[in-house]
Amino acid sequence: MSSLSTSQPLTRAEGAIIELSGVSKVYGQGRAAMQALAGVDLRIDPGDFVAVMGPSGSGKSTCLNIIGCLDVPSSGAHYFEGVDVGKLSHNQRALLRRHYLGFIFQGFNLLNRTSALENVELPLVYRGLPAPQRHERAQQALVAVGLQGWERHTPGELSGGQQQRVAIARAIVAGPVVVLADEPTGNLDSARSREIMEILTELNRKQGITIVMITHESDIAAYANRTIHFRDGHIERTEHNGGKV
Amino acid sequence: MLGNIIILALREIRRNVLRSFLTILGIIIGVAAVITMVTVGGSATAQIQQQIASMGSNLLMVMPGKRMGAGMEAGNVLFKEDDAVAIARDINSIAAVAPVSTRSLQAIFGNQNWTTQVTGSDNVFIGITNRAVKTGRQFTDNELRSGAAVCILGETVKTKLFGGQDAVGEKIRLQKLSCEVLGILEPKGQNTMGMDQDDVVIIPLKTLQRRVTGNQDVGVLYVSVSNNASTEKVQQELSVLMRERRHLSPSDDDNFNVMDMKEIAKMLTSTTQLLTALLSAVAAVSLLVGGIGIMNIMLVSVTERTREIGTRLAIGALEREVLLQFLIEAVVLSSLGGLLGIVLAMASSVLLTAVLNVPFIFNGSIIIISFLFSAAVGVIFGYMPAKKAARLNPIDALRYE
Repeated sequence: MSSLSTSQPLTRAEGAIIELSGVSKVYGQGRAAMQALAGVDLRIDPGDFVAVMGPSGSGKSTCLNIIGCLDVPSSGAHYFEGVDVGKLSHNQRALLRRHYLGFIFQGFNLLNRTSALENVELPLVYRGLPAPQRHERAQQALVAVGLQGWERHTPGELSGGQQQRVAIARAIVAGPVVVLADEPTGNLDSARSREIMEILTELNRKQGITIVMITHESDIAAYANRTIHFRDGHIERTEHNGGKV
Repeated sequence: MLGNIIILALREIRRNVLRSFLTILGIIIGVAAVITMVTVGGSATAQIQQQIASMGSNLLMVMPGKRMGAGMEAGNVLFKEDDAVAIARDINSIAAVAPVSTRSLQAIFGNQNWTTQVTGSDNVFIGITNRAVKTGRQFTDNELRSGAAVCILGETVKTKLFGGQDAVGEKIRLQKLSCEVLGILEPKGQNTMGMDQDDVVIIPLKTLQRRVTGNQDVGVLYVSVSNNASTEKVQQELSVLMRERRHLSPSDDDNFNVMDMKEIAKMLTSTTQLLTALLSAVAAVSLLVGGIGIMNIMLVSVTERTREIGTRLAIGALEREVLLQFLIEAVVLSSLGGLLGIVLAMASSVLLTAVLNVPFIFNGSIIIISFLFSAAVGVIFGYMPAKKAARLNPIDALRYE
């Protein structure tokens, strides 16, 4: 992992892409300590589409943050493609996110007053891509989510569904291995939700991108291959769906 | 990579034009105020120093009246021409003495008239007040001794009466006295008190005494101290001599006083410098307030931008890349503010010096100092809050409300 740099991707190991073994997460100290995760074991293989469900406070967001290398476990280990993420530095984790992960947030988290194209370009800017390539790839990503013709519009000029599609384009523009989505349809009506889920399913099926998605709705979770139910910081049960569509 | 970060920073400035402008407004005003105050103050001081140099070297003025108290008292004992002779004879280290009397009179030529100071004196007066005859000639000894009807005009009087015409050889009327113009003085401009030194007509002292005032009195004695001699010592000797000549007992106060023109000018200079320092201090405060304004807006905008920082970190930006972007934004903004402030300061300095009628003197060091200060303020206050935000855990930054 010491060879990790801005330009050279890692060599990818065989087997599980994400592995959590005995992962616990405690926030705070002493009496105020709050156990968010209590010994979670999870294995996700490349190309999988996993939905995560559970009541609020069940630890699903914490789990997604750890999988997304935004947070590290208090105890236990998180392997990403065989690499122990807990042993990486702040910057190395940032580089891991930059090169392998894509994020879709519930609140979209797009830059205001910034065109759709520039928003989608952002991960490529940090990858150090020259402008012509950035434009081309951002353009392709916007086409992939059905937003051709909206490149110059700012988030304020786009509907919620369109904003989420911009966010998806931003998450996939750099060609991630895993896309992590935290309630991607949480702010959308059912028609928009269906559109977003079709895009995600297509990314998973056609490009083989591994997707981990938190949702509250079982019909959204039904798009995934399996659904993991969280309760009180551990995995309660796992459901295998046939997959919808 | 650096190029990309610079692009991000510039985009951020461009898409927040109002916020960017508000941020730099304080710096613009502060920098402009400091530079303008210091430049205008410096110009005024320089002008006064220039005027001191033009006033004549080591000039003392002996005037009747007590030193303390408001103005001249009634019944002042005026001087006679003999006093001037005695001073020149009895006191060493004196270069020249000129007895002077003045009257405010109307000068008339053709259908033009102009009220001016008519000074009765001699050629020595012209020399020790650093004047010179530009065209024509000075008085002859004969004219001085006999009190001839001749005069020498200052530039202002010449222009008022003759306009562009040649004046030498013409006759003007001063009250009932008709006198021939011998020459025109070199223009001198305003003195330290703002009086026009060219608004003057010089005639022989005898002429003034006989034809205008009708007495033998002398109003003021101009004494020029030799170079390398101590002005203070001459001042003391003058005082002793005059007390003696005026028969004052040791218990009496002086009924005359000796003024050192240089001292007065120096006093004026220090007053001007004090005023400049004061105004500059006020301006410096405004620069400081501008700095606080920048700090505020930077702080507020960083709070606003914490979520943005979180997004950038989640996407894979390194802490140092986020910081570099904020640093570049701060440097660009405060430099821009500093430059605009300098431009504004130059414009207002040129305008103010023109209005105040002082020469514009460029002061490079204050420009550099205030620019560096503004840049430092902008960078420090732009960078510190960003550093705080970039240290946050990306999750906390993302959740920031």
